[in-house]
Amino acid sequence: MVAIADSVPKPISRFRFILDRRDILGAIFVAPAILYVLLLVGVPFLMALYYSVSSYTIYNPEWTFVGLSNFVDILENPSFRDTLWNTFVFTFGSQILGLVLGKFGALLLLRPFPGRKIVRALIILPWAVPVALATVAWQWMFDSLYSVINWTMIAAGFIDRADAPNWLGNPHLAMLSIIVVNAWRFFPFAIVIFLAGITAVPQDVIDAATVDGAGFWRRNYQIILPMILPIMTIGLVFGIVFTFTDLSIVFLMTNGGPVGATSVLGFAGFQTGIVSGDVSHGAAISLFMLPVLLVIVVVMLRFIRRREI
Amino acid sequence: MARTTAKTVVQETSFYTAVLFFFLLAAFPFYWMLITSFKTNGDLYNVSNVPFWFNDPPTLEHFRYLFEKTLFTTWLLNSLIIGVVVTVITLVTALPAAYSLARMTGRNGEALGIGIFLTYLVPPTLLFLPLSRVIAMLGLQNSMWALVLVYPTFTIPFCTWLLMGFFKSMPREIEEAAIVDGCSLFGAFIKMAIPLSVPGILTTVIFTFTLTLQEFVYALTFVSASDQKPITLGVATDLIRGDVFYWGEIMAGALIASIPVAIAYNLFLDRFISGITGGAVK
Repeated sequence: MVAIADSVPKPISRFRFILDRRDILGAIFVAPAILYVLLLVGVPFLMALYYSVSSYTIYNPEWTFVGLSNFVDILENPSFRDTLWNTFVFTFGSQILGLVLGKFGALLLLRPFPGRKIVRALIILPWAVPVALATVAWQWMFDSLYSVINWTMIAAGFIDRADAPNWLGNPHLAMLSIIVVNAWRFFPFAIVIFLAGITAVPQDVIDAATVDGAGFWRRNYQIILPMILPIMTIGLVFGIVFTFTDLSIVFLMTNGGPVGATSVLGFAGFQTGIVSGDVSHGAAISLFMLPVLLVIVVVMLRFIRRREI
Repeated sequence: MARTTAKTVVQETSFYTAVLFFFLLAAFPFYWMLITSFKTNGDLYNVSNVPFWFNDPPTLEHFRYLFEKTLFTTWLLNSLIIGVVVTVITLVTALPAAYSLARMTGRNGEALGIGIFLTYLVPPTLLFLPLSRVIAMLGLQNSMWALVLVYPTFTIPFCTWLLMGFFKSMPREIEEAAIVDGCSLFGAFIKMAIPLSVPGILTTVIFTFTLTLQEFVYALTFVSASDQKPITLGVATDLIRGDVFYWGEIMAGALIASIPVAIAYNLFLDRFISGITGGAVK
């Protein structure tokens, strides 16, 4: 076989030996991607680490090493502790709401009904459309004066125009609003993930369980749930990472306000590091995301390894 | 018999009510965009009007203003340029990398692939400070080319992972046959692997493009000159004069920018899901 292949006349090139070696060609093939990621993710990441222990600002670009004092400064600031708390409330509030909506939405879409395709296509929209654009639509719906939500509630007689809620002006309502918008953005993703998981469960497994006397709840929580757990984990990892580090929804809807009530880590890092130019404190604030991200990475790696076995 | 019919009616009603709830939840903000963008200002800013429908006849005023009096067409063009260049960079780097990781280096390939994919999860809000310094050093501050440089940091990992799946599902024998026929390994990649993965490449192109359109944080951080903004940033931040929001124009712009992404997602949804879950479901 080899002899036959070799006897075929080939166009000879000086670089032919490179183009034929699996190991060399393989390395050349991955090199650009790895280099790009190393130079523009790896190196900046190390720079962020160094910024956080230096006294670098855009006004005083000296790289003096100051140890952990930036972190101490930040932790002593009570508004930062609020920011940290807000970030957790925002992340878990919107993930739980998004998952509940996603689970129910998926159960509905599992059943065939007329127009299901159209409904499915429309339900994907909140997740597909650029988040900044969907957020400004919500900002307009939460407008202090022309809010369509308030208009509806007034017209239905639930509230008076005099005490209509100012969604983005009240600290608690503002937090609720950004949670709702983020959950709204993620629930289609949760639906799609649930659907992908549930439809992959073999029907004969479910049938066998039914024959053995498993009821609706038992089928759902003892058969289907464990089987879709891996894909759910992946979905949740994405949801948590992108919510915990988010900046756009808060920046556009509330700008961290009122009085810092909706300030989250990404936003605080942006305000301090970019807007105020205090790069080292900004970097230190952003690095508070790292522990959560590391936990996520470990979960993800463990999951992927389990899949390989 | 009557009882079961009653029960079915209740069940059906609650089912369709739930469907209606989800339908409204997902679609209403977009309906709101649509109707706002065609309403006259007098109609928009009048609390005694029923807001769900036109009280004055619909108008194209906001669209006209958007195209004639704002930088909207510039933003549209910027986004197009950014999207195309980033897509090219991504394809040129991710295609060979994915092929190599799927085929050549065995188990190390898998580990390296996971490593690259994990960088997709490194958030912009962690990297924007050092990256803004890198961009300043390269003299790209306030230019859309800064975004062209930075966007591949998340499109390359994502697309490498997506394409790895495609190459893995392609039988090795196809390239081996080409090699037996006298192709070099490189030739087999160019002549066999790439033409056969056209569906995968198409998916990659669509998602790279939509990822660049959806990005907001880097654009906000690196670009403040109005004429360099991509469309999402321009529409969300540049149609405000002082405290006055030009809601009609903002919604019109948001609508125009949303439509292509919405269509692309619906067409390629299944591939996207199997891409990010990395074949967790088989």
